[in-house]
Amino acid sequence: MKKVLCLLLALSMVLALVACGNDNKQNDYTKQPDNSQQTPGDTQQPDNNKPAELITVGVINNDPNESGYRTANDAAMRAMFTEENGYKATFYNNNDAAQQIAEAQQMVQNEVDFLLLSPASTTGWDTVLKDAQAAGTQVILFDRMLEADESMYVAAVVSDMPAEGKTAVDWLAAQGLSEYNIIHIQGHMGSDAQLGRTGALDEKVAAEASWNYVTQQTADWDEATARTIVQSVIDSGKPFNVIYAENNGMARGAVAALDAAGITHGKDGDVIVMGFDSDKWAFEAVLEGSWNYMGLCNPLQAETVDQIIKDLVAGNAPAQKIIYTPEQGFDCNTLTQADVDTYGT
Amino acid sequence: MTTPVKDPKAPVQKPREGLLKRLTRHQLFIPLAALALLVLFNLIADPSFFMVTMKENSLGNPVLSGNIISVLDNASELVILAIGMTLVTASSGGQDISVGAAMAIAGSVILRLVCGGQVSADTMAMPLILAVLAGVVVSALFGAFNGALVAYFKIQPMVATLILFTAGRSIAAWINNNQLPIMNDLSFKYAGTFLPGIPVPTPIFITAAVILFFWLALKFTNLGLYTQSVGINASSSRLNGLDPKLIKLLTYVILGVCVAIAGFVRVSRSGSINYSRIAENIEMDAILAVALGGNALGGGKFNIYGSIVGAYVIQFLTTTLYKYEVPSTALPAYKAVVVILLVVLSAPVVQEKLANLKRAPVKAAKEVS
Repeated sequence: MKKVLCLLLALSMVLALVACGNDNKQNDYTKQPDNSQQTPGDTQQPDNNKPAELITVGVINNDPNESGYRTANDAAMRAMFTEENGYKATFYNNNDAAQQIAEAQQMVQNEVDFLLLSPASTTGWDTVLKDAQAAGTQVILFDRMLEADESMYVAAVVSDMPAEGKTAVDWLAAQGLSEYNIIHIQGHMGSDAQLGRTGALDEKVAAEASWNYVTQQTADWDEATARTIVQSVIDSGKPFNVIYAENNGMARGAVAALDAAGITHGKDGDVIVMGFDSDKWAFEAVLEGSWNYMGLCNPLQAETVDQIIKDLVAGNAPAQKIIYTPEQGFDCNTLTQADVDTYGT
Repeated sequence: MTTPVKDPKAPVQKPREGLLKRLTRHQLFIPLAALALLVLFNLIADPSFFMVTMKENSLGNPVLSGNIISVLDNASELVILAIGMTLVTASSGGQDISVGAAMAIAGSVILRLVCGGQVSADTMAMPLILAVLAGVVVSALFGAFNGALVAYFKIQPMVATLILFTAGRSIAAWINNNQLPIMNDLSFKYAGTFLPGIPVPTPIFITAAVILFFWLALKFTNLGLYTQSVGINASSSRLNGLDPKLIKLLTYVILGVCVAIAGFVRVSRSGSINYSRIAENIEMDAILAVALGGNALGGGKFNIYGSIVGAYVIQFLTTTLYKYEVPSTALPAYKAVVVILLVVLSAPVVQEKLANLKRAPVKAAKEVS
């Protein structure tokens, strides 16, 4: 009797798991901002007897759960590449470059017209890119760059990470503090975003005598780790007046540690708090003066990519190969509700 | 290693060998000695490590602050997990590697319920206690799923829990429609930060309550005895009237409940969740805590206090390394060194060698120290 019960229990759990898996694909993006109530549905294989005008695209992206930025990025891609917009799309999400490459290989074999790629790592893509070229699949990079000759892809719509870092550091320099004692919380080491955002700050700290690192640690984009790092600096009693966190989640963790120790931050506070990305709640934190600065990293490349594809199909090559998404920094003194509504995701 | 010298209880004269041997043989000796070493290192390197000060947090509450408080506070989730992990290890001779993913699920359920399905909410949509209970139930069910695979289908624990390890974070994301919900109600964060007017972080109280609960449960029920006998020899405990399968299942359900509590503490620290990052790799730390506690990872005899001390050792080490600004990318390497040392020291072969050395004349004992 017990055995039967247990078997049933286990079976129902397995079924629940399977159900979850399916629902995941179908439902995830129904809550997205716009028209695409019709989710990409059964996108696994391009249909053979599809209407001729549908453009087949394979989209390879990172894991949407990675961060709020990625969630917005992935959702925008899925909302854009739908049948209503003239696409037959296949989506694949993974943070592991090896898996991404295997899936890309498969998509090239299925002879998609366009391969849209946000590579998890910058290297290892040579074979796929060559195969794609041989098969007549055009590759468009979005969001992240990879290391390959420019001739291997038709366009790249990416964030200019070094520029993001530079904008932020210039803003910080403009605050005119007599001394900069910085807690630098880095993202996942070696990622495009971390390298760009760290690079600008490293350069400035090396150049200026009054700029110092109190600590420079990676929290791997994790809020809890960032909180621990700041907590340990507070416990050690070293003075600091700037927190430069390379994404919003980590800035949030840092602020939690400040709050717990009763250290004021933000507008008129003792500590300047800086974050990056595009989360709406972070914009709101800047708006209410709890943070000082947020560097926008625009996750919405889908429209630009769509335009490039339409142009290419019409026979027009894009004017420039690498297109940087428009980005800027927001300051707590100048940010408006309108900005929050426009750029917040 | 230098352990015998460090122990203040080591008597000076005659009864030395017997007592020393008894001390070093005790299961808690290795984790406690490791803790003592860390304390000693910090005392010598910088005594201010132990300074605890009273500060006022941004809400105007008086709060205690200092490295020791940070250690006790941040170790909370790990301690709670380590207790459950010890029972699972003892009964099934294997470890549950899905606890991190399961914490994401429990946290996701709780946030989904208190936010009422909204992406961002300022007040709780339902009483917190109900949401936490729901999280506990869901988590216990997933624990039962793992337990059923292990106990009734006789799948290796690591393989059985690999399923949830792989799928858990996706399930957590699915529960919230892939949104990252945020709970702004201050009272939601009480469990992860401070209760108004109380200067000690709440997670410390929660952990103490969990430890107390298991102390009572092991003292007044047969949980410990049954778990142990199933782990040592399932068929003979079956002949003695126990149901080994049921007991294995039960330990996984208990771990599920521990996971839910740990997940609740973690999400209430910030009022938000990030499915792929929350409690990442915590399963390895939990298993490590069990091993540091001197428990055999192959099951059988166990000591949850060893695991608890082991968990605090891990957090103590992490905080110490942060204090000395070891880059956090290098943390795992330092942890690895400590683990190798402790695991090798507690290996039966080495223990025997050490015991032999101590039996030899004083000269040998000196060499050891």
